[in-house]
Amino acid sequence: MRSDLEMIDEWVQPNIRVLDLACGPGELLHHLIQNKQVNGYGLEIGHDDLNTCIEKGIPVLEQNIDEGLQNFDDQSFDLVLMTHALQQFRRPDLLIDEMLRIGKECIITFPNFGHWRSRLHLALKGRMPVSDFLPYNWYDTPNIHFFTFQDFERLCREKNIKVLRWAAVDGQLKDHWWIRSMPNLFSETAIFHISR
Amino acid sequence: MPDVIPADSVGIVTPQIAQFDTPLALSCGQTLSSYQLTYETYGTLNQSASNAILICHALSGDHHAAGYHAMSDSKPGWWDTAIGPGKAIDTDNFFVIALNNLGGCCGSTGPTSLNPETGQRWEASFPIVTVEDWVESQARLADLLGIQTFAAIVGGSLGGMQVLEWSIRFPTRLKSAVIVASAPKLSTQNIAFNEVARQSIRRDPDFFDGNYIDNNSVPTNGLGLARMLGHITYLSDDAMGAKFGRQMRHDNYQYNYGIEFEVESYLRYQGEAFTKRFDANTYMLMTKALDYFDPASQTNGDLSAVLSRAQCEFLLVSFTTDWRFSPERSEEIVNALVKAGKQVSYAKIEATEGHDAFLFPIPRYMAVLNTFLTRVANGLTSEVK
Repeated sequence: MRSDLEMIDEWVQPNIRVLDLACGPGELLHHLIQNKQVNGYGLEIGHDDLNTCIEKGIPVLEQNIDEGLQNFDDQSFDLVLMTHALQQFRRPDLLIDEMLRIGKECIITFPNFGHWRSRLHLALKGRMPVSDFLPYNWYDTPNIHFFTFQDFERLCREKNIKVLRWAAVDGQLKDHWWIRSMPNLFSETAIFHISR
Repeated sequence: MPDVIPADSVGIVTPQIAQFDTPLALSCGQTLSSYQLTYETYGTLNQSASNAILICHALSGDHHAAGYHAMSDSKPGWWDTAIGPGKAIDTDNFFVIALNNLGGCCGSTGPTSLNPETGQRWEASFPIVTVEDWVESQARLADLLGIQTFAAIVGGSLGGMQVLEWSIRFPTRLKSAVIVASAPKLSTQNIAFNEVARQSIRRDPDFFDGNYIDNNSVPTNGLGLARMLGHITYLSDDAMGAKFGRQMRHDNYQYNYGIEFEVESYLRYQGEAFTKRFDANTYMLMTKALDYFDPASQTNGDLSAVLSRAQCEFLLVSFTTDWRFSPERSEEIVNALVKAGKQVSYAKIEATEGHDAFLFPIPRYMAVLNTFLTRVANGLTSEVK
């Protein structure tokens, strides 16, 4: 399981309706359907990922999130999830609005670009960071918006979005005291549980 | 003609006839006192009769979905690309049933059959049948074959409508539903196309108000024209462009109404070929079945409310260039199923062929179908493994 998925599992109530945006091969949904008996759906456009979901019996819909989510009614899901994908969409701010329109609550995880190693990479080498976790070059990366833990917090404040809880972890899912004290500097992955 | 039967073919198949003498009350108010359904089967029914797949055909389809009737056949069944050993609908795993729907012209009771009460051909007096009537008659065929629950019911276009109806009418009799290039009801434009097709048949002087056989006549012009129109709507603009462009029959314009462009020749050929194998009354009746289908009308137009009765798992498939049953129409069904909390997956396949794509062995389409049905075959449909 990917680092942030176990954290999310602890926050999800059983038997709820879940929409997982950009669900990939459906690891998290699979886990939540099995362990929390959720009524879950994934959205995905990757052909291999779609097929993997169908193979595992995970309900998955081929839908391009950048083309809108108007087909989902207001507050029609208990929870809308998005793990490690927000940075790939055209307008993350509008997407968060949509997620909170559709879902009563949302859980969003993203790579924190404010991590000290990214800062050091840029500061010392003068070039865009390429790491194990974000292994792309600037020109071929699907990650078109880079933002930090603090940037996200600030956007929530501006939009009057409630942060129900957050977690900040390193690459190995370790939740050390120093990460918690300075998440913007030490977390590699940020996890936010938000609502209106 | 196949010199040898390909290894992934179901081989030589023989149609069978099922006779039904229990009256069937139709949506239109009339009752058929007895009728026949012609069908074919491929593969072997297992001991528990749990591995059956029903194939529902579209407007001009029939019971001959796969294999050959004889070595001299020029082509295999209409969905041979998908049905066979090792194919997407794998006859090594499944017992596949394909039938000719009631009102058809390929062996099941329809306008060209004799009305047992009059001893005359039905022709124009054959009652209009609906998707609901078809599903009812298909359930009786399933009873006869000892199949209580289908592993899957599969259909494209009008066939997909039958699958949808099955999921609502007999929720416990199917484990999964595969609905390809279909819609929860026809759009206004679709009904309009159907009406032009019907009018072209009805206005043919050889139609004789539907009693043309009695008058030793065939409304080939009208039926051919209806098919030409239909054919245009089954193809995409791009597909037609790629196939014919502005290719001409002669080097120069002839300035007359003969065939100038190859596409004209193609359409005329398609129209004419169709009149040799299809009955005009059946064509009219099938288009009416399309027009009338609207399950959400039972629940004040709320599709998710009527679909809340369904208990099976769904797979929906659409094709990007299909404008007759566009992806948006499939998505209406998907959205209603999601709203109703049903198990559904949906794939939108890149294809150039338009509506016809559902009959083509497009690799990703076949892969999705196969992945879904393999899981059904493994008996894992109701639980996530």
